[in-house]
Amino acid sequence: MPEPAPIETLLSAFAQASLFELLAPSPPGWGGNLLRGLANSVQIALGAFGIGLVIGTAGAYGKLYGGPVIRDLMEVYTTVVRAVPELVLILLLYYAGTDLINRMLEAMGYPPVDISGLVAGIAVLGFVQGAYATEVIRGAILSIPQGQIEAARAYGMSPLLLLRRITLPAMLPFAIPGLANLWLIATKDTALLAVVGFNELTLATRQAAGTTKAYFTFFLAAGALYLLLTLFSNVIIGWIEKRARRGMPSVGGAN
Amino acid sequence: MTAAPAVDHSSAAASAPAEAIHIENLHKRFGQLHVLKGVSLSARDGAVVAIIGGSGSGKSTLLRCINCLENPTSGTIRVNGEEIRLKGDGNGGMMPADRRQIERIRSRLGMVFQSFNLWSHRTLIENVIEVPVHVLGVARAEAIATAERLLERVGLAEKRDVYPAFLSGGQQQRAAIARALAIQPRVMLFDEPTSALDPELVGEVLKVIGDLAAEGRTMVLVTHEMKFAREVASHVIYLWNGLVEEEGPPEQIFGAPRSERLQQFLRSVS
Repeated sequence: MPEPAPIETLLSAFAQASLFELLAPSPPGWGGNLLRGLANSVQIALGAFGIGLVIGTAGAYGKLYGGPVIRDLMEVYTTVVRAVPELVLILLLYYAGTDLINRMLEAMGYPPVDISGLVAGIAVLGFVQGAYATEVIRGAILSIPQGQIEAARAYGMSPLLLLRRITLPAMLPFAIPGLANLWLIATKDTALLAVVGFNELTLATRQAAGTTKAYFTFFLAAGALYLLLTLFSNVIIGWIEKRARRGMPSVGGAN
Repeated sequence: MTAAPAVDHSSAAASAPAEAIHIENLHKRFGQLHVLKGVSLSARDGAVVAIIGGSGSGKSTLLRCINCLENPTSGTIRVNGEEIRLKGDGNGGMMPADRRQIERIRSRLGMVFQSFNLWSHRTLIENVIEVPVHVLGVARAEAIATAERLLERVGLAEKRDVYPAFLSGGQQQRAAIARALAIQPRVMLFDEPTSALDPELVGEVLKVIGDLAAEGRTMVLVTHEMKFAREVASHVIYLWNGLVEEEGPPEQIFGAPRSERLQQFLRSVS
């Protein structure tokens, strides 16, 4: 119970108490919900980014070295996915995609399945990320001095070995700025999954704010969490970039 | 020392040395451009074949056809007695029919490029062990021991952990030669190895190549260094406009050229 005190002290003490109460990690505080939402967001972002990298690498290879049919398919994929707003794609792929899968299962005589929001979210965002990653990685592969690829061929490397030992590590320094952008976009695109009811950070925030009417507090808290995630990502990206560029003289002159 | 399952490249056999490279009636077209118009070439074990010629004569293309970095349009190529199997590529040209065969053949041809082409994301020692470890399956410790010896030999022992971009062109090219030696090559292919170097760095690279020639390594060398070709080559081929205009021992080619065009060419480069 507050003791008798000047009114300002009382008010600020009350406000602080209520802030901590609202953001407390366990109920009745909502901090736990927010953190779980963040964890879900990070999980989706990681999964989607990973799928995006795999699709992007395959897509870049298809565009660069594939036959005419593969090249056209890749072109359609990157053009369509990058043309349609992500929100529309998410709604389309999430509802239509799960519906399609269940219809196919039904046609083959299996019972319908309930596709978890997490899996669907990762698949949908990964599909979108893949289209952008295809272009980033294609550009990065084209930036590798072609002589290095030729040397690998001249020494009898198989295409797969060449990809693993030469192309991927050599293109990394050129791809990192673009891929870092994609990763940060992925962390924030998870917020779009709120529209299909997936409990990520933005939805958790909206619920907390709507219930308590403390809109400012919760959206500020969510913003801070997104910012923290970005700052942490920057540290990791900086470390990876430094490592990937270790064979290159720095732009400002000799090291 | 190491006992890698390598091909013996000494030429000490009592009988006539075996043929390491044999090219017959090679044609190469780039679209409308007819670069090679039926070239034949033979290099026996221990031979140093120098290919000379003006710009656009097709000499680099000829060298690059040996390991199918350029696919020939027609003709036959035998490396170490084994013919490279070719098939039509659907565009009127040819391409290797058996990927494993061409990869195996390539892995025993040590190629040195005009612009070095070291892998920039790997240190010198990593560049040198890359192919032995990952293509030839040599144990890593053994590959490192061999690589250290080779870097020592080309005078780069203390640069083993440096990335190529921090080295001079001459140093990079010497490292590239160490990379080629590391695979215990049956034949070494040099594609204008000193053309991209500053004049004061040419000497150090030529010395390394000259030493290799002196120890009896088989090599095919495309070069603009006529004095060097005269010193190290056992056989010289002068290409003009996609054809062998004249060939023979260096004394004949440089001392008593018969063809008008070769005489002109030698005057223009000296």
